[in-house]
Amino acid sequence: MEIIKIKDLKKSFNSFQVLKGVNLSIPSQEITFIMGGSGTGKSVLLKHLVGLLKPDEGEIWFENQDITKLSERELEKVRKKIGLLFQEGALFDSLTVAENVAFPLKEHTKLSKREIEAKVEELLSAVELLPAKDKYPSELSGGMRKRAALARTLALNPQVILFDEPTTGLDPVLQITIMDLINKIKETYGLTCVVISHDLILAFKYADRMAFLYDGVIVEEGPPEKIRASAHPYVQRFLESVFLENKEEG
Amino acid sequence: MNPLFYLGRGFIKFLRDSGGIFLFFWQAFFYSFSPPYRVRLFIKHMEFIGVKSWLVVALTALFSGMVTAYQVHHALVKFGGQSVLGGVVALTLTRELGPVLTAIMVVARAGSAITAELGSMRITEQIDALKIMAVNPVQYLITPRIWAAMIVLPLLTAMADLIGIAGGYIIGVMVLGIDHGIFIARMEDMVELMDLMSGIYKSIFFGAFIVAVCGYKGYFASGGAEGVGRATTEAVVISSVGILVADYILTTIFF
Ligand SMILES: Nc1ncnc2c1ncn2[C@@H]1O[C@H](COP(=O)(O)OP(=O)(O)OP(=O)(O)O)[C@@H](O)[C@H]1O
Ligand SMILES: [Mg+2]
Repeated sequence: MEIIKIKDLKKSFNSFQVLKGVNLSIPSQEITFIMGGSGTGKSVLLKHLVGLLKPDEGEIWFENQDITKLSERELEKVRKKIGLLFQEGALFDSLTVAENVAFPLKEHTKLSKREIEAKVEELLSAVELLPAKDKYPSELSGGMRKRAALARTLALNPQVILFDEPTTGLDPVLQITIMDLINKIKETYGLTCVVISHDLILAFKYADRMAFLYDGVIVEEGPPEKIRASAHPYVQRFLESVFLENKEEG
Repeated sequence: MNPLFYLGRGFIKFLRDSGGIFLFFWQAFFYSFSPPYRVRLFIKHMEFIGVKSWLVVALTALFSGMVTAYQVHHALVKFGGQSVLGGVVALTLTRELGPVLTAIMVVARAGSAITAELGSMRITEQIDALKIMAVNPVQYLITPRIWAAMIVLPLLTAMADLIGIAGGYIIGVMVLGIDHGIFIARMEDMVELMDLMSGIYKSIFFGAFIVAVCGYKGYFASGGAEGVGRATTEAVVISSVGILVADYILTTIFF
């Protein structure tokens, strides 16, 4: 069952067309990886799904409504159900790590101070950031910032989370830790995940479905087996960059 | 190129900015009547604007009061009217110098900081992050600052009036030798409550105006760190000039 359906989405910035008619269905309670070269519009696509950008043309269906037509006020309701991890984290730099993670809980739950504190500690230990909880974002490394932002995104247990490169810039061990965490939350809460990544190995390990964005459209989409067998030249080139040896052996 | 082109472009930008600032203010203002009410942020911003600006406001007021006393004395002596010095100094300060200088100092200290902070929040996507978490960013970032400025500016202005008059007293009585009793009596004769209040009302308007301009410029900043710098400069220039123009208009129409 699909939870989000993107229909013929087009977006230009000053006459430069980034999305040229994207069609994609996001299945419910699965992990969909969106892959594609740098600058092809993956982040732009994700921002459309939460109404941060308005398309020039096209529709995005979520829960029987086209969210591209909603007002800011109506979007607020949608945004309580769809979380987004920004590529650069977008942590509030006037707040500490713990305060950042507590922020959505304070805004949208009736939890007591103590319950919020407990929840924040739980989230921060899950992303292995508990020792840095009283630091400010400016005192963190890039990877630490990413994990703090991840903890903040997970705080509210939304139905859908869009992860813009959750593992980029992390060491290999942490990459697995983070993907395992995302996977575990998906299993436990029936979360729908959309993950942007350049990492084919992670994608083949965790993805239920994969989609390739190239030249403003989705050129290939489906379960990993289908992707491996893809005949599209761009996808083949992408795969060869990692699986060259396998191909030669086979 | 055609100079009319630049003139026209400048004029269009002016209109667009004025309209934008005006709408932005009303939007933020109306959000104060729907929950959540951000009392804590309101207090925090009162502290920020007040604490950041009080010392420079006090110093500016003190020296303006002192120099006004000298200059006015210089003029009054020519026809032997120096006994009214206390009244003239107090009127100048409460009606004009107090509110205007306070507002300009607040622009320099707090207004520029507001633009820089909001601008950096914009370019690092923190404003988008608020939206994503279903928090209305205008209500969260601008509304409490508007109220804070509208409360703090009159308080700073009252302080500036007092300190400025004290400066005038120091020069008038202690340096230029005007009798203490006469200085105070003329001040009491000449200054009415309305004079004091006209300055206070102006300062409430200036408070709202400063946050509207500086908030707008920061909130809609674009173009990286350089863009934030540009926005800050524009915010300071527009608010300072705007304060002087608005002061003239308010004075001729209302007071
Ligand atoms: N606000 C904007 N204004 C103008 N152009 C933009 C804007 N946002 C994105 N673009 C352009 O859209 C294109 C796609 O950007 P996007 O950030 O989506 O790339 P991406 O696929 O996420 O790349 P990366 O993998 O490097 O993060 C880029 O060419 C970029 O220059
Ligand atoms: Mg990106």
